[in-house]
Amino acid sequence: MTIEALPGELARASPAARRRGTLRALARNPSVVIGAVIVAFLALVGLLAPLLGTIDPSEINPAFRNKRPGAERTIRESDGKETAFVHRFGTDSLGRDVYSRVVYGARVSLLIGVTVAVLAVGIGLFIGLIAGYIRWADGVVMRTMDGLMAIPAILLAMGVVSLSRAGLVAVIIAIVVPDIPRVVRLVRATVLTIREEPYVEAAITVGTPTPTLLVRHVLPNTVAPLIVQGTFICASAILIEAILSFLGIGIPPETPTWGNIMAEGRPLFRVYPHNIFYPGVCLAMAVLAINMLGDGLRDTLDPRFAKRV
Amino acid sequence: MLAYVLRRLVATIPVMLIVAVLVFLMLRLTPSDPAAIIAGDNATSEQVAEIRKNLGLDRPILTQFVIWMRKTLQGDFGESFYFKKQVTELILDRVEPTLSLALVTIVLAVLVAVPLGVVAAWRHGGWLDRIVMGFAVLGFSVPVFVIGYLLIYVFAIQLNWLPVQGYQRIGLGVGGWLQRLVLPALTLSVIYIALIARITRTSVLEVMNEDYIRTARAKGQTEGRVLIRHALANAAVPIVTVIGLGVALLIGGVVVTESVYTIPGLGRLTVDAVLARDYPTIQAVILLFSFAYVLINLAVDIAYTFLDPRIRY
Repeated sequence: MTIEALPGELARASPAARRRGTLRALARNPSVVIGAVIVAFLALVGLLAPLLGTIDPSEINPAFRNKRPGAERTIRESDGKETAFVHRFGTDSLGRDVYSRVVYGARVSLLIGVTVAVLAVGIGLFIGLIAGYIRWADGVVMRTMDGLMAIPAILLAMGVVSLSRAGLVAVIIAIVVPDIPRVVRLVRATVLTIREEPYVEAAITVGTPTPTLLVRHVLPNTVAPLIVQGTFICASAILIEAILSFLGIGIPPETPTWGNIMAEGRPLFRVYPHNIFYPGVCLAMAVLAINMLGDGLRDTLDPRFAKRV
Repeated sequence: MLAYVLRRLVATIPVMLIVAVLVFLMLRLTPSDPAAIIAGDNATSEQVAEIRKNLGLDRPILTQFVIWMRKTLQGDFGESFYFKKQVTELILDRVEPTLSLALVTIVLAVLVAVPLGVVAAWRHGGWLDRIVMGFAVLGFSVPVFVIGYLLIYVFAIQLNWLPVQGYQRIGLGVGGWLQRLVLPALTLSVIYIALIARITRTSVLEVMNEDYIRTARAKGQTEGRVLIRHALANAAVPIVTVIGLGVALLIGGVVVTESVYTIPGLGRLTVDAVLARDYPTIQAVILLFSFAYVLINLAVDIAYTFLDPRIRY
């Protein structure tokens, strides 16, 4: 065990050393470690989906519908060889293998979570910097954001979905829109505090052009809170995608997502709960892990914020 | 006091107006033509044009907005494309189940969450605290519908204690009404309990180190009275704030819970309207829920003055 650097020492240390200090602090936080391990596991499952004993997740088999977990069937390959296949998580009402769908579902769900987080943070950062720095834009932008925040997130997402044909892109946009105001507020608040700092005033005095000022002095200060916020957005995006798909207004039903598998299992839930159970557990595990990661990141990266909530 | 309430009420008007503009613009952004949807598949282009004229869709957008606003303010949301009924009528029909579900949930959540949070703060760092905090994190992560199906599976199917799904109007007897609301309200309250318990713990914990808590203990006040009279009373403002802000989560949860338990409320109506691309209904429901949300938070703001006499306006 090495002795932990004191905050004062850490501040005086070189940037590289400081980064190492932060990393070490992260590695010591149990919430970060557990969350990161589970997220990494699910990401691996999604990436390696074809290698994990899965079959085509959208293959329909009318002869093998609604089988309970553990049901066996023989698959005849094209060369005539027969292999036994166990439906570990059973099959759904179209005879698709639930295990394969859940494994491939990890891909779609995580992809959506990450995409939404990146888009919402990116767009929110841009709008927030403008609102915080260009005074005349501030009023218009912030009032629009207030309006957007007054509409409950799921309703706003449902409204956006209803505007276009259901599809991956529409769903991603629908989930991004309600998240943007939260990022904008955060960035704007940071910009407003930073703007009054002596080093920013000094930079202005020596004639630093505004874009350089934003990128060199303001942007670095938003990184930590944005990583934290992005993590929470990622978790809620996965949840909202599942909700939309579950309600039948999300991604087209043949795409294996956790929400879609559960939507499919809804009518026969009383007899075959496995269609809801397995994807439900995965979904809860993924969201829980990402939230834990977010909590841990917040405590280590952004101690001011940690005190508030 | 009255002047303050009025001032706050006026202050919410811009927000509501912006919500109205956003909701109005939503319909203008649709790639599909509402007139064509109403006219149906076999309509001639003259019929579609006729309907467009009747709806006023051929006029300039600003005129359309003024007309739409005037009608909306009079409670006229137009006719539903899908249900072929006045949207206002449709909504009034669906208010009771949703309001029942929301109220029972809020009462249940506050009754469970506040004591949990207080106890967690009191036994800070102990196993009770850990359990409560663990539950709070879990409650945020398990989707509402998974909780719903889990509860149905355990209490309605395996144990057979409660009805599986459905809703009974309160007019037909409070017993049956409440019996069918128990599981949905329990389902919906999980995330709300997680939220409130967490903030209660944090804010009680914050005041526990104050001098007046030490004074209260020193003068021999019982621990229960210290917690409730001194700690909780001083920690009330953030708790009430979160109860208000949490209504947004609650509204999202209502949509899902009503679908899981087939409750014919506003949430179910929203889903049906989105599936049918029934824009007048979608607009009305979004407006209604958002206004409710804004008004509840206004009420919370006003409640501060009662909860904390130090806050004066």
